[in-house]
Amino acid sequence: MRFFAKFSELDSALIPKGVKRCSFQCFLVWIGILHIPLMVGVVATLMCWGLALNVTYLNNNFPFGLWIAADLGVIALGAGAFFTGFLRYIVKIDELKNIVNFAVVVGVICYAAAQGILGVDIGQPLRGWFIFWHANVHSMLTEVAFCITCYFMVLCIEYFPLILENRRIYKFGFPHGVAHHLHETMPTIAAIGVFLSFFHQGSLGGVPGVLYGRPFAFREGFLVWPWTFFLFILSAIACGPCFTILITWITEKFARKRLVKRNVIDILAKISGRMLALYLILKTIDTLYWVKVAGDVGSPFRSFYANQPYGYWVLVMELGILGVIPAIILLSTKARQNENLLILACLLNCAGIFMNRWIMTVQTLAVPVMSFDKFISYHPNWVEYASTLLWLWLGAIFISLTYRYLPIFPQEKELNPY
Amino acid sequence: MFPFAFEWVNDPVHFVFMGSVYTVLILLVIILHYCGIRGFLDWLCKKEDHNDH
Repeated sequence: MRFFAKFSELDSALIPKGVKRCSFQCFLVWIGILHIPLMVGVVATLMCWGLALNVTYLNNNFPFGLWIAADLGVIALGAGAFFTGFLRYIVKIDELKNIVNFAVVVGVICYAAAQGILGVDIGQPLRGWFIFWHANVHSMLTEVAFCITCYFMVLCIEYFPLILENRRIYKFGFPHGVAHHLHETMPTIAAIGVFLSFFHQGSLGGVPGVLYGRPFAFREGFLVWPWTFFLFILSAIACGPCFTILITWITEKFARKRLVKRNVIDILAKISGRMLALYLILKTIDTLYWVKVAGDVGSPFRSFYANQPYGYWVLVMELGILGVIPAIILLSTKARQNENLLILACLLNCAGIFMNRWIMTVQTLAVPVMSFDKFISYHPNWVEYASTLLWLWLGAIFISLTYRYLPIFPQEKELNPY
Repeated sequence: MFPFAFEWVNDPVHFVFMGSVYTVLILLVIILHYCGIRGFLDWLCKKEDHNDH
């Protein structure tokens, strides 16, 4: 009991000044609950490493499955970190200083998840360093691997001053000075992050775009970059801020208090809406052009959507329900100010990005290419789901710890005086 | 991969690709060292100020 009291005392000493947090017991119960599904994920991951990838439903037809689709999805959702950093430090939208820290936290989780999922997907993580040492410099995936690794370092550097600003650490002179100078250099770090993100978001789109043997995904482009390169960048910066808004809202619901002022959220939502609208226009042009070009070379449009579950509904869902509807909500000032509608738009937008990434990886592999090919479908099994969702639970634990001990919401004290 | 590694090829792609990677890594190392050294010097100066009073 004394041991527990000591920990409770230490916990109180670490909580930022002037803010209220739940009791230490409550916090421990919450973290304990999150560990239950987390352990299922750990078991699934250990199964993949110990028993090899034949415990999954991946096969020679579908070497890219849920893991790669989820990977592309979380990387797009993590774009909120680089885009918010870009808007805050380079475009100089000052209000965003109130949410940029949290965008970095979300970014760290997303990129850690992407690398963690890849660590399982490659089957032999002990050989993960091969891609860096035996780099195939002509491969877009190599570019992705290098950029993601470097960008994760950038995110960790952006997160580092938050740790140094913890109440107990900040009072020491040296961490205080380092945090101060790290904040000063943040525009340079943000610029490096923008450079890296631009290339890896794009190259993830470039991977399906250069598959000239698969007319469903192949696109022409500009120099060495297919149009999907640019569409992926645009879609990522359209949904990243929405994901940041969504996670902020979820954190607010759990904390039962406002953490960020509505005008800050509104700025992000408005920019996200404009980006989404631009993306939808370009994506529609790309789809129409692709329908014509693919039809001319003997791959009629109907052949892409001839097999269930990938019927025409996929296109309607991706561009219409998960694209046009959130864009309309985000573009309308009145709709944006209704919190329920705003969250619905963010939810649809984020779901849309996952659907797009699933289509560009799994549906691309599912559509038969040769006349003698048979349609084979792919459904992930529990091992794949559990090892992917593992990062959701880890992310929740990470956000809980960060929110409890670090000053990530500068407006919290002002919004919740006590 | 370094220019002296056995798989290195002296072509523009290797120079641009690996050059960009090393530029980013070197920049990050410089920034971290700059902040660390400046933070240390600030702390040292403050300590001296404190002792003077």
